[in-house]
Amino acid sequence: MADIIYGFKHPTKFICMYNTKVQALLFQVIFLIITVGGAYFLYYNMQINLERQNIQTGFDYLSRESGFAIGESWIHYTPSSSYSQAILVGFINTAVVAVIGISLATGIGVFIGITALSSNWLVRRLTGVYINFLRNLPVLLQIILWYTIFTSPRFLPTVRDFSGEDGLEPFLGVIYITRQGIFIPFFETNTGWLGAIIGLVLGIITSLLAKAWSRRLMDTTGQQLPILWISVSIILTTSLSGWLIMGSPVVISYPEMGRFRLTGGATVTPEFMAVLFGLTIYTSAFIADIVRSGILSVPKGQIEAGRSLGLREETILTRIILPQALRIIIPPLTSQYLNLTKNSSLAVAVGYPDLVSISNTTLNQTGQAPEAITIMMIVYLSTSLGTALFMNWYNKQTQLMER
Amino acid sequence: MLINSSVLYTTRNWIRCNLLNTWNNAIITIFLITVLLLLLPKIYLWAVADAVLTLKVDPESWWGYTFVPDSDACRKASGACWDFITEKFSLIMFGLYPPDQHWRPLVMMISLIFLVVYSLDPSRWGRALGIIWIIAIPVMFFLMQGGVLGLTFVQTDSWGGAPITLILATVGIVLSFPIAIMLALGRQSNMTIVKTICIFFIEIVRGVPLITVLFMASLMIPLFLPEGININKLLRALIGFTLFSAAYVAEVIRGGLQALPKGQYEAADSMGLTYWQKTGLVILPQALKLVIPPTMNTFIGLFKDTTLIIIISMYDFLGTVRLGASDPTWRPYYVEGLIFAAIVYFTICYAMAAYSQHLEAKLNPERS
Repeated sequence: MADIIYGFKHPTKFICMYNTKVQALLFQVIFLIITVGGAYFLYYNMQINLERQNIQTGFDYLSRESGFAIGESWIHYTPSSSYSQAILVGFINTAVVAVIGISLATGIGVFIGITALSSNWLVRRLTGVYINFLRNLPVLLQIILWYTIFTSPRFLPTVRDFSGEDGLEPFLGVIYITRQGIFIPFFETNTGWLGAIIGLVLGIITSLLAKAWSRRLMDTTGQQLPILWISVSIILTTSLSGWLIMGSPVVISYPEMGRFRLTGGATVTPEFMAVLFGLTIYTSAFIADIVRSGILSVPKGQIEAGRSLGLREETILTRIILPQALRIIIPPLTSQYLNLTKNSSLAVAVGYPDLVSISNTTLNQTGQAPEAITIMMIVYLSTSLGTALFMNWYNKQTQLMER
Repeated sequence: MLINSSVLYTTRNWIRCNLLNTWNNAIITIFLITVLLLLLPKIYLWAVADAVLTLKVDPESWWGYTFVPDSDACRKASGACWDFITEKFSLIMFGLYPPDQHWRPLVMMISLIFLVVYSLDPSRWGRALGIIWIIAIPVMFFLMQGGVLGLTFVQTDSWGGAPITLILATVGIVLSFPIAIMLALGRQSNMTIVKTICIFFIEIVRGVPLITVLFMASLMIPLFLPEGININKLLRALIGFTLFSAAYVAEVIRGGLQALPKGQYEAADSMGLTYWQKTGLVILPQALKLVIPPTMNTFIGLFKDTTLIIIISMYDFLGTVRLGASDPTWRPYYVEGLIFAAIVYFTICYAMAAYSQHLEAKLNPERS
């Protein structure tokens, strides 16, 4: 193709062919025709094939009754709910595992990344083993391994083992660790939570304002306020008063052993734990390495300057090293967050009802593969794009401000 | 940490400097040693002392013993049951491939590994190597599938185990490389339409999980093709995997194209080279060399990602371990199988990472 455009040896009539703009335009038109033509060819075949197999097209099926049950759901869902409701359940489950996974992986990763630079030889060795071992194991293998351990009769008892007079004693009297999941005491949902959440939001807004005010105070007078403690106490006070205003007592529901099953409390399923453990541990190894190399990238003179100013080691870490290291750390950290979110789709391998798992079920029931795959792709694409935009914004905030 | 050169380098001083240099560190060291002393013996008991690996003396065997897997012994033992692996070894390695034909995947794997190792040296990259690959891939395919030259026909559905992992990893990555170069060049070009289409492809593929790409390949390709044309499951997975890795490798190559000094492009232009001459002779050889280390990291990631094809019910190395554990007698010992798979995957990934670091040191001697 290229020879046609660039390789005319004897120009006689088509002198304009030598104009690079014309060449580029011609090439692009051919490219576009091939791409669009190819896409249309595939689409046309798909239409014919779907018709031949008597498969419906369009997104009408979303409002029909789904007819399948879902193991865990954060919103009301029954088999008589619609397909769109089922997909929403899957999306929420994906979001829950991704958000918790990202928070935990960041916490563990930052901790390990900082300790990897310890002056203690043993600590350095152990963190090195953690990082190198866990990021060289496929995450799917890790998820399946955790799931197998959490559901294996060799390692954990079942719920029934706790029943009867000579049954097992729960951990601390209230926590049942079984291969059907972990049963823990939990607060009963009541209106107090709503008040607490409103209080929390108000508290965060107030503390952000307080932070802006304290920064202005520092810029003008040089006076420093312990803003972290102020923010924490503001948030705690507003949340607590929100809780008290709504006037709800704390009611804790305990899991109780019936004849065959446990009722009350909250359950953490082995599927959820396996996905969470796998994703968190795998990603934390990558984050640890990113944090470690980010900190190493801060010039040594900065640390020495901090020491010569007489700052404490903690202050040097939080006020000198981390703010500079963050600039290096954030871009690769963003892609790790996106990777974790995308890897949460591996939940389908252990049956955690995430977006992919539920879309797969709808796909098998209705046969409408193109629509189901389109929904999955759009959801992940918009999540990826949204995260990328947010992190770019955050990245700008932490960039070096040249004066 | 201060190391005074006048201090004698003795074990005692080493311990003092590296383990007990501050009170905090001393406490941490003691704590960690206690945890290790509690944990390691338990792991040793489970994995070695209380574990089951049944052997029988057999003078005919080349090493004097044979494995005689014994599930009853496993049931009685409190430790690991490594008999699961010896019992299911041929299944784990070769899946449902007919046992009397196992030499075929073995030959295929050895020659593929040899070919990959041969191709690792950048100085051998060129047209000849491309032709070798173009010939080698179909030859290996027919060696595995048979139906020609008196080889028994084995359909791709019964391929499994290590050959599948190896085929996906190597063939997928090798085929994705030329596509990735075209995508990277397209994204860097100043032709709006070409650029837009390349960006769309790369960003869409990188924005969705591999599993959706694999679903798309395994479910949509049959719908996309005209009636009467069928391609088998392995090939569909391979297409999906290749396109997926092409998008990732393309971004790495783009990094190399951007990192190349602008003067190189301008020099090639002022020599009067055409676009393809410029790209093939000046730009790509330098840009690709720049991105060898990050490309290796992408390859390690893609190798780990080959495990995902078990979700579209194909049996790679991890898949055959799972298949082995579907036998009710051996089901409880799935964990041991997974640990075995973990060791294998870890060894390969770690070796690749070590090779990549070696390459990096070799290419940038001044940096290390």
